[in-house]
Amino acid sequence: MAYNFKEQMSKPERLSGGHRLCAGCGAGIAVRGVLRALKPEDKAVICSATGCLEVSTCLYPYSAWNDSFIHNAFENAGATISGSEAAYRSLKKQGKVNEDYKFIAFGGDGGTYDIGFQSLSGAMERGHDMTYVCYDNGAYMNTGIQRSSGTPMYADTTTSTVGKNSPGKMQQGKNLTEIIAAHNVAYVAQTTFMSNFKDLQMKAEKALYTPGASFLNIMAPCPRGWRYETEDIMEVCKMAVETCTWPMYEVENGKWTLNHMPKNKRPVEDYLKLQGRFKHLFKKGNEHLINDIQVGVDKNWQALLKKCEVA
Amino acid sequence: MSIRERFSGNEAVSIAIKQINPDVMAAFPITPSTEIPQYVSSYVANGEIDTEFVAVESEHSSMSACIGAQAAGARSMTATSSCGLALMWEMLYVAASLRLPITMPVVNRALSGPININNDHSDSMGARDTGWIQMYAENAQEAYDNMIQSVRIGEHKDVLLPVMTCQDGFITSHAVENINILETEKVKAFVGEYKAEKYLLNPEENISMGPYDISAYYMEHKYQQAVSMENAKRVIAEVASEFETLSGRKYDFIEEYKMDDADFAIVIIGSSAGTAKDAVDELRNEGIKAGLVKIRIFRPFPAEEIVKALKNVKVVGIMDKAEGYSNNGGPLGAEVKAALYGNVTGVKAVNFVYGLGGRDVKIESIKTVFEQLLEVDKTGKVPAHYQYLGLRK
Repeated sequence: MAYNFKEQMSKPERLSGGHRLCAGCGAGIAVRGVLRALKPEDKAVICSATGCLEVSTCLYPYSAWNDSFIHNAFENAGATISGSEAAYRSLKKQGKVNEDYKFIAFGGDGGTYDIGFQSLSGAMERGHDMTYVCYDNGAYMNTGIQRSSGTPMYADTTTSTVGKNSPGKMQQGKNLTEIIAAHNVAYVAQTTFMSNFKDLQMKAEKALYTPGASFLNIMAPCPRGWRYETEDIMEVCKMAVETCTWPMYEVENGKWTLNHMPKNKRPVEDYLKLQGRFKHLFKKGNEHLINDIQVGVDKNWQALLKKCEVA
Repeated sequence: MSIRERFSGNEAVSIAIKQINPDVMAAFPITPSTEIPQYVSSYVANGEIDTEFVAVESEHSSMSACIGAQAAGARSMTATSSCGLALMWEMLYVAASLRLPITMPVVNRALSGPININNDHSDSMGARDTGWIQMYAENAQEAYDNMIQSVRIGEHKDVLLPVMTCQDGFITSHAVENINILETEKVKAFVGEYKAEKYLLNPEENISMGPYDISAYYMEHKYQQAVSMENAKRVIAEVASEFETLSGRKYDFIEEYKMDDADFAIVIIGSSAGTAKDAVDELRNEGIKAGLVKIRIFRPFPAEEIVKALKNVKVVGIMDKAEGYSNNGGPLGAEVKAALYGNVTGVKAVNFVYGLGGRDVKIESIKTVFEQLLEVDKTGKVPAHYQYLGLRK
């Protein structure tokens, strides 16, 4: 699979510009990255859970989606796209649809880790030929930055508020990528925006073109919730990977592969200090909180290396 | 020639589904509707139909998957009861507002709590304002006939609304009766092929469905839905007429039983109508001019037909198999009284809540209702509040 950056970036956009996502938002970047992996001749039915992505891209009477698109509700993108895929199987065998379609659902971490988790788990377990993409920005951003089960430890959100008696969210983010991998689906991967977008492109291609259910977890930063300068999004993503906070890996038919080994694993501070949501951790006397995060990241990283059989 | 055979209500509806052979069926088990997905699963397993059966992990997902499937251009169905219907609540509104003619047998069961698996109408009555057409059956024959007609009604271009076809849990769903089944070819010809006008899998036209709708448009879209519900009245009548030609069985919005000269009438829904007809017969033998109005279509509400049927009675008893907790009677009571207001004079109405959670309704129970109606006529006094029938004190 040769990858030519210029060629990829010159492809016609399947999510057109003019949508209302914020400048520096990761959701739009994630969607465009995934849709670039579609073969131009293939058609797609795309579903979005309720969230920033949906309300910003499909406001009656406008739609930024060039493919067929459906929004149903917050908690059921998995079930909705599984229904569309079942319809496709039925109509195809009856000869009523002859074209090749791909089925893609997008949800934020709220719609994926939390309220849509059951719907996602059911769709994955049933093995529909679909790709579910989580654009993980680590909180309910559409309703105003409330914590999700994907929010990292000690992040400041509007429902895990930092205050005199609270250091922010008390729990580690749940590892959804591994939970979906435990569904034994065809393809599972975790990625984010790195350098020339090759990793995202390759993973999206595998997810879309591996028969059966696939899951992509894309860390997609939110400048409002994470409080970084919009132009710094690539640096934030890079540091998430280089600190091993957000490792890049994939699971293909049960085989775990680490896709990026940092040359020099950075301390978590290098990632945290770029974001306002962790600002309180750098106050004097809060060093132990940063250490808690480091311990958690290291533990997960070691466990992942083992699964990927990296010595 | 139609086929006469012994079937339960659940079997009858399942056979209708088999004959229709929908493109997609997504369902989750719940007593007492569980048998319907079981039958459909076995038809698929045995190659009797080529429906894509999606065994989802909840009723929320069964309705969500039906929405995804119907939006994609497939004729889709599910079946449920009680808590399962409640779990679908939000999606019922979405199905209706996306104008997706999904059809769904509802096997009526009490809604928790306390948990109870027996029949009343609290599940579908709670869903009466979701934008779905609602049909109610008295027996297995009607459940079968309604199921077949529901597809035509919902899919009509002037309607495009989802339809629930309700039957009473256990009483109808599990009791075995002799019913007439149409030949499969005739059913197929009657329902025809589903051809959506706008759908996701149309290669000629990519579309967006379910947009965020701002205040400048939302109200007009809701109005369009209301117009469709109005159109449904005409279409329900047309489909019933065609169905009568096909089957010889006549259906209307309501069924009037001995209403021509009735002084005292009850309005009732579902299986209890059968029992109540026996009560009416006994009262007629005793010289009391009793009659009955059975509601077949609850949405759209047949206000005109009800007014016409009741305009000459002295006292009407309106029977609700659901509590509304409005402190003003049950949903049927409220709607029938609203229909009568300003359209009839001198008809007194008493609302009864009965049969909750499977409480037995006997001929004697219905006769006590008529006794109270006679008492109202004699004294001229209408009880201010609604009554509970057969409540143990």
